[in-house]
Amino acid sequence: MALVYASSVIAAPAARVWETIRDFNGLPNWHPAIAESRIEAGAPADQVGCIRAFRLRDGGFIRERLLALSDYDFSCTYAILESPMGVENYVATLKLTPITDGDRTFAEWSAEFDCPPEREAELVALIGTGVFQGGFDALKSRFGQ
Amino acid sequence: MVTVRRSTVIDAPIAAVWDVLRDFNGHDRWHPAVARSNLEGNQRTDQVGCVRNFVLESGERLRERLLELSDKQHSFRYAIVESEVPLINYVAEVALKPVTDGDRTFWSWSSRFETPKGRERELAQLVAEGVYEAGFEAIRAEVEIAQSPWRGPAGSTSAGGAAIEGTAMVIDRHGGPEQLHAARVLASPPGPGEVRLRQSAIGVNFIDVYCRSGYFDLLTPPGAPGMEAAGVVVDVGPGVRHLSPGQRVAYACPPVGAYATVRTMPATLVMPLPDWLDDVTAAAGLLKGMTAEFLLHRVHKLARGETVLIYAPAGGVGRLLCQWAKHLGATVIGATSSEEKARIARAAGADHVILPGEASLEEQVRALTRGRGADVIFDAVGRDSFGHSLRALANCGHLVSYGQASGDIGTWDIGGLASNSATLSRPNFGHYTDTPEKVAAITERLFDAMARRIVTVEVGRRYALSEAAAAHRALEGRETTASLVLLPDDAERGSS
Repeated sequence: MALVYASSVIAAPAARVWETIRDFNGLPNWHPAIAESRIEAGAPADQVGCIRAFRLRDGGFIRERLLALSDYDFSCTYAILESPMGVENYVATLKLTPITDGDRTFAEWSAEFDCPPEREAELVALIGTGVFQGGFDALKSRFGQ
Repeated sequence: MVTVRRSTVIDAPIAAVWDVLRDFNGHDRWHPAVARSNLEGNQRTDQVGCVRNFVLESGERLRERLLELSDKQHSFRYAIVESEVPLINYVAEVALKPVTDGDRTFWSWSSRFETPKGRERELAQLVAEGVYEAGFEAIRAEVEIAQSPWRGPAGSTSAGGAAIEGTAMVIDRHGGPEQLHAARVLASPPGPGEVRLRQSAIGVNFIDVYCRSGYFDLLTPPGAPGMEAAGVVVDVGPGVRHLSPGQRVAYACPPVGAYATVRTMPATLVMPLPDWLDDVTAAAGLLKGMTAEFLLHRVHKLARGETVLIYAPAGGVGRLLCQWAKHLGATVIGATSSEEKARIARAAGADHVILPGEASLEEQVRALTRGRGADVIFDAVGRDSFGHSLRALANCGHLVSYGQASGDIGTWDIGGLASNSATLSRPNFGHYTDTPEKVAAITERLFDAMARRIVTVEVGRRYALSEAAAAHRALEGRETTASLVLLPDDAERGSS
């Protein structure tokens, strides 16, 4: 089991950042690696169990199921159903926590997954740096840091 | 049920923050509200179930039990089992998380508890601000030392020239006089708007004790206390016109850091000394004299014929206030504690001195003023005197509360001021001295008053800079009436 954890500080109130993060179909609106996204079967994007199908800017195609969504904890948990990365049992959580000192946001993004041992370091770097930190950098440039 | 949650980001790796926080019995070493902490029995600090006994700075006691400690989660939970502060069923959690983006630490501190009815907000604020946020700032000071100039790499100088090495008396943490110790320091070449000084005499003030103990948050350790000194300009940075190398100068203002042989600081705060004023007298009297000037001429423009009550009239500022108020034509009443200090007050110009006796202070003041009370009162005693001062005021009188030697004044209902239409001032030295123009205006009048001997600075015992702790002990022991001065140790003087 491989673990990835990335966290950052975003200079905006957590409720405001959450408005952006909460939209399970909204990745292309803020994450620089995502080109387009749709929710399968016309489901609402906040229906737990819905599936998003999105295309990366490099052409890759990914399907993910929403496992949990909490407006109380500002958190979103999802699993990969299909992807070109070669990971199995991939479950990730993106969670926001208010920082009362300065009314900012502590953002955490973590994942666990299975993969062949020789690919673990490469995948951890790709997900941790490319996907998670890349997303934080985009949020920081949108909301401030 | 009240819920309190506070969080912050500390600019240090999680291991460094956890290293400090993990010690359940170590909070007295860093938290400003905790005076003492002891573990009960033979328990260890990381033994789940152990109970710590706190004595707070406010004097209250409480016992807290460690419910949970996790080195994996970087968290612990604890409950109050007994407390003189009415926090009922209080359970709190401290949790750290790494901020991988920048190798920092997210810290949350939260709790749930009940309170006596009607005290929810007050106690929630006490916990949130007095305990959690104050704790954040203390830990920040403790672990963010990497950014401190005292720990900076040697030779980290700005463009042009080398740093000058010297000695400072610094503290690594807030505490007693024993925290003061010598350290090598570097005075970097002055940048734009800065001046570099070689100091010859350093004044000791009670505010230095507050900085050292942590009562005032002017000094974040590690660093040196000290608000005033005199010396010679070594060099000036670009844009500095009112000073030049070799000139005799002095200053009395924040930022703290005067307990040093060399120093680089903003030039706007530094003023040239007149030839007739020697370095030791300047260092002994500038801060107190500037305080007396703005209290008598700016906070309250003292008028001829007014009756003024001055507490601690034998002390540093009090003596100058007596001299100056008498010169301005006021009737001066001093309030002090001993016949010896009463003699000093009378010599300084007090028309009347009142001592603790059968009659209260306000009764004594009224007896001296045919029932009228004092037009203006200068009170730096604080907690023990504030109520008496309000009652000793004449109608439309002015209470100037400029210190709290006996402790925090606490919360007062301003509705009571209507009983004599009182005006209350709570001046801060920094706001009267935050521009070169203000400093120049204050010192011009002060130097004039000193030159004409309207006010006289009494220099007390001189200590070597390395004996700063002894000077603090003397000051805190109330052994002194005249101003104490630190002089750079012999080995330092004249060296370059």
